[in-house]
Amino acid sequence: MSHLQLFDGDLPVEQITNAWYDDFRLSNFGAIITFVGVVRDEDGIDGLSFDIYEPILNSWFDTWQEKAKENGAIVLMAHSKGDVLNHTSSYIAAVCSPKRRVALELIDEFVEDFKASAPIWKYDIIDGQRKYAKERSTAIDGAGLLS
Amino acid sequence: MVRVEFLGPIGKEPLELDITNLSELSDILKSDDKVAHWLETCAVALNDTMIKDKQITLKDGDKISLLPPVCGG
Repeated sequence: MSHLQLFDGDLPVEQITNAWYDDFRLSNFGAIITFVGVVRDEDGIDGLSFDIYEPILNSWFDTWQEKAKENGAIVLMAHSKGDVLNHTSSYIAAVCSPKRRVALELIDEFVEDFKASAPIWKYDIIDGQRKYAKERSTAIDGAGLLS
Repeated sequence: MVRVEFLGPIGKEPLELDITNLSELSDILKSDDKVAHWLETCAVALNDTMIKDKQITLKDGDKISLLPPVCGG
């Protein structure tokens, strides 16, 4: 099973998290911490939509896997492509580690860096149209090289 | 030729340009009304590796990607 999984539409949360648990509970990890992001009903949206640039997402994720490995841990992630309606999930991240402290710290860093660096673009779905979530987006470190 | 791709919400078709460095690319994109206002907030990748140094030499077959501000999750 790939540690990074992409799905069209909303995530089958139980299927993903149960599979992770089944796969990794036998690997002698003492802590498996899962973060599930759920699309909230706010500002009149019907849901969110996502574009992903997979080549750079893969290399970003591989760098994180190496960092986790240095701590005896692994990172897992699932994300949606396309439309995800309110009250369903578009993003799951997890860390498995021998001890809870490493997992608690890594999940925080992993999710924060994901928000700042992963090449994923978010759009609000309003009246069937996609509107780029510009105000909630973050310029990637190093932006402005061509300005 | 160098291929230039515009990711996510920029919504512009790729360009094939005869350029050898990023300064030439910057000049071309600054004069493109659809792209110019994105440049300040776009990060840049060369052949799918993020770059922060403008002093690079481009060669035939290279791919440049412009990555606007992101928001996963």
